[in-house]
Amino acid sequence: MTRRALARTLVYLSLILATLVVLLPLTVVLLTSLKTDDELARGDQALSLPDDFLNVHNYVTAFQDGHMLSAFGNTAVILLFSIAGTVLIGSMTAYAIDRFTFRLRKLVVALFLLAALVPGVTTQVATFQIVNGFGMFDTLWAPIALYMGTDIVSIYIFLQFVRSIPVSLDESARLDGANAFTIYRRIIFPLLKPAIATVVIVKGITVYNDFYIPFLYLPSQDHGVISTSLFRFKGPFSAHWETISAGAILVILPTLIIFLALQKFIYNGFTRGATR
Amino acid sequence: MADLAHQTTRAPGRGGARKGTRPGRPAPVPARPPRRARLLRGLTPWLFLLAPLALLITFTYVPIVNMVGYSFTDWDGVSPELRYTGGENYRELATRPDLFEVFFVSGYYLAASAVQIVAALYFATILSFNVRFRNFFKGVLFFPYLINGVAIGFVFLYFFQDGGTLDSVLALFGVHTDHAWLGTPVSANTSLAGVSVWRYLGLNFVLFLGAIQSIPGELYEASELDGANRWHQFRHIIAPGIKPVLTLTVILSVSGSLAAFEIPYIMTGGATGTETFVIQTVKLAFQFNKTGLASACAVVLLLIVLAVTWIQRRLVPDDRVDLT
Repeated sequence: MTRRALARTLVYLSLILATLVVLLPLTVVLLTSLKTDDELARGDQALSLPDDFLNVHNYVTAFQDGHMLSAFGNTAVILLFSIAGTVLIGSMTAYAIDRFTFRLRKLVVALFLLAALVPGVTTQVATFQIVNGFGMFDTLWAPIALYMGTDIVSIYIFLQFVRSIPVSLDESARLDGANAFTIYRRIIFPLLKPAIATVVIVKGITVYNDFYIPFLYLPSQDHGVISTSLFRFKGPFSAHWETISAGAILVILPTLIIFLALQKFIYNGFTRGATR
Repeated sequence: MADLAHQTTRAPGRGGARKGTRPGRPAPVPARPPRRARLLRGLTPWLFLLAPLALLITFTYVPIVNMVGYSFTDWDGVSPELRYTGGENYRELATRPDLFEVFFVSGYYLAASAVQIVAALYFATILSFNVRFRNFFKGVLFFPYLINGVAIGFVFLYFFQDGGTLDSVLALFGVHTDHAWLGTPVSANTSLAGVSVWRYLGLNFVLFLGAIQSIPGELYEASELDGANRWHQFRHIIAPGIKPVLTLTVILSVSGSLAAFEIPYIMTGGATGTETFVIQTVKLAFQFNKTGLASACAVVLLLIVLAVTWIQRRLVPDDRVDLT
């Protein structure tokens, strides 16, 4: 019995330790974001509390001088288009692959599969030239096209769901004279709602957090998304940890709120999306 | 695979097969649809695949082919002329140790992945049994994975600063270091690899948790009747039950370690010996305009990642990954 109690204590200790490791760096940054310039200059320890917990001055600075408003705007535009595109493209691909038998079908499937194995970071040297050739460099279309074009995970998620929709539904609609497009639009797409929710969540988080693609393709400040705009804090605010902290918290906050609101769906989305 | 069934139930596109409709059922489709309709039907799947395939080929396959092409040239990425130099770039890669040295940095990330997988497995196992505040702990462990990489970079730059969080915490325990965490190659790389454990542990944890929870509960009960303890249960029920996810995680960790970019680039920009292969490639291509050499680097990395993936597929043939 005592051995069991000891084991339980160790389990809880390890969990508390992990919680501290996760939350401590974030908490300290939150505290720092509420401190004034002087408080930091005093050489206080990082763990000390701010004098005034309601000091939002740094947030105002970060938001205005860091061009965060346009960054959130650009991110929103990219999110909207790339998610809508991913949903459409993923569901159409899944429908075509699962519901039709046609020549070269195996080849098409293999093309999509093989692309999943190619890590995006490796091919950007050459992708860059293509994007540049289309004149999309430094426009929001570059990330949108790239996010839409290469999302194999969402195609796979849609494929799983299309398979679970009985073919008899398609057939009875076909007897009523519906063509393939009507079937896709009226029957398949509406029944894909749970898959769409999953894809929206997984894709949304990936796009919101991505750094590499906007960093390469959107160099001008007007086209900063939240990650590149935050990255630019490094120069002008390099010594001003209170402003950098406020910027970081501003970027983390939306994620936290959405996570708390949609916890269950997010876990499901990731187990479904990543295990493929 | 499941398509065999479909094929038999709807093959009107292929014509003749339906000539003799089953008795008692009025033929809904004309025995042989007119040519145009047949043509249209054959085209339908391609109409759905038009946009997806165009994007896939433009942004994945054309770049790969081009990249292999560039890797045999001395192109700078801008000028209209490019000279074919044969295997020169690859020779340079193989003979200049500084270009290949960056792979040793991946070793830190590989070691970190091992720590990460073991820790994720431990937490997934204990949290799949009854523990108080389970959802809270689950949320805390997973949340870092959802945070923006740049924000994480800044949080940890501050964390590792002189007199920053880490030093303050150590001071609480009476340990005083006057040691810049990101100042020497070994401690900088260890610190950065630590950050990536912090960041990615949650994903592995959630994947393992999902797999463990899909194991039927009766198995545990039955094993308990047989006198199995937690370790036995882990060894004989959980470990085999999550093998597919485990191998997938290993493969993702290996290719992730080789392609480490965000955290080191954001935090140190590759200074003090923290440059990874991808940082080097990006710098070669976009700062030094050595598109040819950078392409050769990218081809090498791509081949290594594909090789690792291929080995894993060979080792675990029962993988559920199939798109058919």
